[in-house]
Amino acid sequence: MPTFLKEIKTTIKDLLSRKGRSFLTILGIIIGVAGVIIIISLGAGAQSLVLGQITKLGSNLVGVLPGKSSENGPPTAVFGVQIKTLTVDDLNAIKDKGKVPNATAVAPFVSGNITIISGKESVDTSFVATEGSYVRIQNIDISKGAFFTDEEARAGANVIVLGYDVATSLFPNGNEIGSVVKIKIPNNNPNPANLEISNSIPFRVIGVQKKMGTVAFQNQDDQVFIPFSIGQRQILGIDYVQFIRIKIDDAINVKTAMSDISRVLREQHRIKNAENDDFSVRDLADAIKVLTSITGTLSTFLALMAGISLIVGGIGIMNIMLVTVSERTREIGLRKAMGATRKNIRNQFLFESIILTFTGGILGIILGIFVSYIVSLGARFAGYDWAFIISPFAVILAVSVSIITGVIFGLYPALKAAKLDPIVALRYE
Amino acid sequence: MLIELKNIVKNYDNGGVITKVLRGVDLSVDEGEFVAIMGPSGSGKSTLMHTIGFLDRPTTGVYLFDGENTEGFNDDELARIRNNRIGFVFQSFNLLPRTTVLDNVMLPLLYSGEKGNYESRARKALEAVGLGERLHFMSNQISGGQKQRVAIARALVCDPKVIFADEPTGNLDSKSGSTVMNILEKLNKEGRTIILVTHDKQVALHANRIVTIRDGEIVSDVLVPVSERVHSKEVKED
Repeated sequence: MPTFLKEIKTTIKDLLSRKGRSFLTILGIIIGVAGVIIIISLGAGAQSLVLGQITKLGSNLVGVLPGKSSENGPPTAVFGVQIKTLTVDDLNAIKDKGKVPNATAVAPFVSGNITIISGKESVDTSFVATEGSYVRIQNIDISKGAFFTDEEARAGANVIVLGYDVATSLFPNGNEIGSVVKIKIPNNNPNPANLEISNSIPFRVIGVQKKMGTVAFQNQDDQVFIPFSIGQRQILGIDYVQFIRIKIDDAINVKTAMSDISRVLREQHRIKNAENDDFSVRDLADAIKVLTSITGTLSTFLALMAGISLIVGGIGIMNIMLVTVSERTREIGLRKAMGATRKNIRNQFLFESIILTFTGGILGIILGIFVSYIVSLGARFAGYDWAFIISPFAVILAVSVSIITGVIFGLYPALKAAKLDPIVALRYE
Repeated sequence: MLIELKNIVKNYDNGGVITKVLRGVDLSVDEGEFVAIMGPSGSGKSTLMHTIGFLDRPTTGVYLFDGENTEGFNDDELARIRNNRIGFVFQSFNLLPRTTVLDNVMLPLLYSGEKGNYESRARKALEAVGLGERLHFMSNQISGGQKQRVAIARALVCDPKVIFADEPTGNLDSKSGSTVMNILEKLNKEGRTIILVTHDKQVALHANRIVTIRDGEIVSDVLVPVSERVHSKEVKED
């Protein structure tokens, strides 16, 4: 066996003979490495969850939001800013077959929070006001009854489709269809005419949505659907559209359709130059790009924070190694008297810190994978379609950073030990 | 001549205050000799041994070891000499803690870079000091006398020309001390040079020559008459 391997073997034996201290020494590294692994894994899991949900919607959907937004940034509407530039006229212009020939379905949206009352039961929930075309755009399953039709929506019929959770809390007996519920109009409705009529509107339940679970961090079962014009005018008291979603006949025509839509809206808004657009047309590829860049930045940032804890762990190792060197001064003297060269002594302490940090790295990876796995189990238990992802890159990064930490923070104590004069070291008390 | 010191001076500089520890020592030791260095504490006898043993460098003077002038030797060359030409036995044993007897004896071999079966060499050295059966004991599980015998085995394992023993019986009871001296005598009989530092006349009388040092200078250097020499027997431990 080469001397090199013998030295490593001796070092391992030595470290094992003081397990307790060795473990405490590497605790910082274990936590740092586990932190990096967990953060990268959770970031990847969350990203794949959201992306999976988006792609499930279909790759041939285009959204129109009011307000200009930069290419890769999120639309301003995401931050809760209300922009009123998108109108029903714009909606009708997009629906015009001649103008956007590839559009197969167009649905406007407004949404808000309401209280629904049925007899003595009441539920706070959110509503989505849209048209019948919604069912052709979004994959939604109706378990009882039916979704309202375009005709019903246009006629302003007082009909409502309940989300699963809303239905079960209002109608524990399951007799929803045909029942009448009341929607309380929120106080912030700016239309004074509505306030005079009454502060609640009756709706006939015509459908119940199948249990959907949570998609994109939103509980899909805790919402109701009502016809667009009622939601827009009578409940919110507004005359603009918050969002338009368009289904395109084929994914390859998405880009063409997007430019058609932009042209239509520019005509509508009398905008000559694309730079002055007061709307944003996005497809899912854009949404994915934005999300990936947001989650990517976030997890890089978090991994960096965890990386800093690795450096702190490394300083901890250096500290202990310096203590070890001074505690073992006599031993160093003895080894030198037995013929150890400076290099032998330097290697001994360097190996020691590298073996420590390497072990810490391995234990950290095991801990990190374990915790990430537990989190993924928990997320799945909570109903998310969470993927358990461990990136090999993260593992390699964590191990190499921990070894490099060992070299960097072990070098100074090792050189200090190597420089000791044999006789001074032997006399040291 | 194995060891030849010419006008060796050693000064210690303690923050500007210079202490003269060795004031021009001349000493020659032939191969196969058993030399005892005596002197009161502070006389410089330990410094002299450390200098001869390459643990310390003289301030000035010439040191020929086995015919070679060691003046220009670098740290690595000195480490080599300490490793395979010299063996040390210390008063306080200096065994590695939490380490087996066998591993302690193998330590110098680890630094020798030599090929071969370290373990069998270490076993042989331990057998030579009568500890062939304690190989896997931890160094703190054995008695003081046994510890010193392990230290002798460790000094022997690289087959050095000379063994330096610094008060080897200083921390031992008389029985164990007797066994240790018996082993050193045996080694000397086999042709190995022994240099012993002691302040105990009875211990020094095991040697064939006594060098006395006082205030950093050799004040006497006499051969021990055969009739006055003390011999120790191996004492079986209980």
